[in-house]
Amino acid sequence: MSVLVFAESLTGSIKKVAQEAVAYGYQAAKAMGTECFALTIGKAEGAAELGKIGATKVYNVAASNDFDAQVYASIIAQAAEQLGASLIVFAHSSSGKSLAGRLAARFDGGLASAVISLPTVSGSNIVVRKSVFSGKAFANYELSGAKNVVTIAANTFRPEAVAADAIVETLSISANAGRVKVKSVNTVTGVVPLPEADMVVSAGRGMKGPENWGIVEELATVLGATTACSRPVADVHWRPHHEHVGQTGVAIRPTLYIAIGISGAIQHLAGVNQSKVIVVINNDPEAPFFKAADYGIVGDLFDVVPKMTEAIRKLKAQN
Amino acid sequence: MKILVCISQTPDTTAKIKFNAEQTQLDANGVQFIMNPYDEWYALVRAIELKEQLGGEVTVIHVGTVANDPTIRKALAIGADNAVRVDSEASSSLFTAKQIAAYAKGENFDIVFFGKETIDYNGSEVPAMVSELLDLPYISYGTEMTVAGNIATISRDIEGGKETVELATPFVISAAKGMAEQRIPNMKGIMMSKTKPIKVVPATANVNTSNIVKYEYPAEKKGCKMISADNIDELVSLLHNEAKVI
Repeated sequence: MSVLVFAESLTGSIKKVAQEAVAYGYQAAKAMGTECFALTIGKAEGAAELGKIGATKVYNVAASNDFDAQVYASIIAQAAEQLGASLIVFAHSSSGKSLAGRLAARFDGGLASAVISLPTVSGSNIVVRKSVFSGKAFANYELSGAKNVVTIAANTFRPEAVAADAIVETLSISANAGRVKVKSVNTVTGVVPLPEADMVVSAGRGMKGPENWGIVEELATVLGATTACSRPVADVHWRPHHEHVGQTGVAIRPTLYIAIGISGAIQHLAGVNQSKVIVVINNDPEAPFFKAADYGIVGDLFDVVPKMTEAIRKLKAQN
Repeated sequence: MKILVCISQTPDTTAKIKFNAEQTQLDANGVQFIMNPYDEWYALVRAIELKEQLGGEVTVIHVGTVANDPTIRKALAIGADNAVRVDSEASSSLFTAKQIAAYAKGENFDIVFFGKETIDYNGSEVPAMVSELLDLPYISYGTEMTVAGNIATISRDIEGGKETVELATPFVISAAKGMAEQRIPNMKGIMMSKTKPIKVVPATANVNTSNIVKYEYPAEKKGCKMISADNIDELVSLLHNEAKVI
C-alpha cells in the first residue's frame, strides 16, 4: 500500500499546486499508515525537493512534457500498479482534472475532486470532504475502490519541510506515442496564475474603463497579488479572458480576495465564495457582495484603492 | 461528422440548496432543474454549429429518469437530431460514465462533447472517465475549435493562459466559455422537438465506489465588518492583525 502523488511539471518545473498535492499526500499517507511517493513525468526541475515536503521517494518517467491525458494516464496507471498505490493524488488543475477521472475509470476506483480535507480512514475505505453546488454546501465522499483517486483544491494544503531532499529515481515505464500535438502554450509570466494565487485583487464595471486599471495593478503589486476581473469586464475585453473569475470563468479559493467595484451577482460569488477572507469596496451600500464579505468599505473606489495601496506599502515598510 | 453531446441536469444556479433531515440527500422540493449550462451553451451549441458547417448529425445522451425528459426535449429544440436516455438515476460519476461509454462504444462518434463541469458537483469527472473507457484522447476546457477534414485545432484554458493543440477525430472534449454562444430554441425547434423520439435504453454496467455519506451546510458568515472610507488604515490593520492575511 502507498499514496502516489502525480507532481505535475508541464512547463518543465514542479508547480506550486504539485507541491501542495505532495503535502497532502504526505499527510494522507500518515493517516493511512503508509508512505507517500511522488511521480514526475518528463523534465521536472525541483523534483528532488519534493522529498523535503514529505515524499519518501521521488520517481521520474522519461516522456515529453507536452500534455496528452491519454499518454499520461497510462504512465501513472502503470506506476500505481508497480508502486502498490491505494490512493492516487492530483492537483485540481487543468491536467489533474483531465487525468483523475481516467485513473478512476481504469481502476474502478472511487473519485472525489477538489477535496478540502485529509482522508479519514473508515475500515478499508476513506472519507474526504469537498465543496458542492458552487460553494453552497459540502459533501463527504466515502471512496471504496482498491485504488481511489482525489484531486486537491488549490491553496488548501501548505507544504512544510519535514525531511531532506530525495534522490530522484528513474522508473522504467514506456510511454505510448500520443495523438495530441501541442502547437503552443501561452501563459502569463512573472505572476502567479489565478487558480494558484494566494491573494487576488479583482475589479469590475465600477472601474468605468480599462484605462483606469493602474490603481488595481498597483494594489496587486504591493500585495504580491494576482489581478482578476468580473464577467462583464472580460466580455467587453477591458481585461483578458483568463482573468475572469466566477461561474463561467475561473473558480478560485485564495486566502484574500479583494473585490473592487463588483456588485456580487450569484454567478460571480459561485467562483469566489470559498476565499478565506473577502474585502468588498463598492460605492453602493446595497451591493449584494457585502453579504458575502468579511470586510466592507462603502466609498469611491478611485479614492479608496490608492489610499489602501499607500497604507499597505506603509505596513510592509514597518514589518 | 457524427457527434455525441452528453447532457446533465442540475439545480438552477439561483436555487436554494437544502437536504433531507439526515443530510444524506438533496431535498428537491421547490428546486428548479435545468440543463447544465455548460453542456447547453458551449457543448451542444458548438456541436450543432459543426453539424451545420460540415454535415452529419448530433445525438444527445442523458442518464436519468423519465422525469428529466423536458431537459432532453430542450436539447432537441435547440437543434439536436437524436436523443438517448439511459433509464436510471445518475448515482455517481463513474456509474454515469459507464452508461455513456457503453452506448457510445458501438456508435463510432467522431466527437464526444461535454460541458467543462456540472454546476452541482463541480468535478469535471465524467468526460475524463468516458475518454478512458473509450480509450480516446481527451481535451479539457476547450474554448475554441476549428475542424478541417478529420483534424481539429483546439484552444484550451490552462492556468494563467491557453494551450493550442491539434488532433484527429475521434476524441472527447469538454467545452468552456468561448466555445459557442447560447442559443434560444425557436418555435420551429420547439415544435419539432415534440415529434422527435427519445430512445430509452436500460442501464448496464454497475459500479459503486464513490458515495456521498453526508452533506453539510457552510458555516454562516459572521457578517461583514464595515469600515469608513475615511479610515483605510483601520482596514489594513484589521487585515494584518485580525484576519492575519497580509
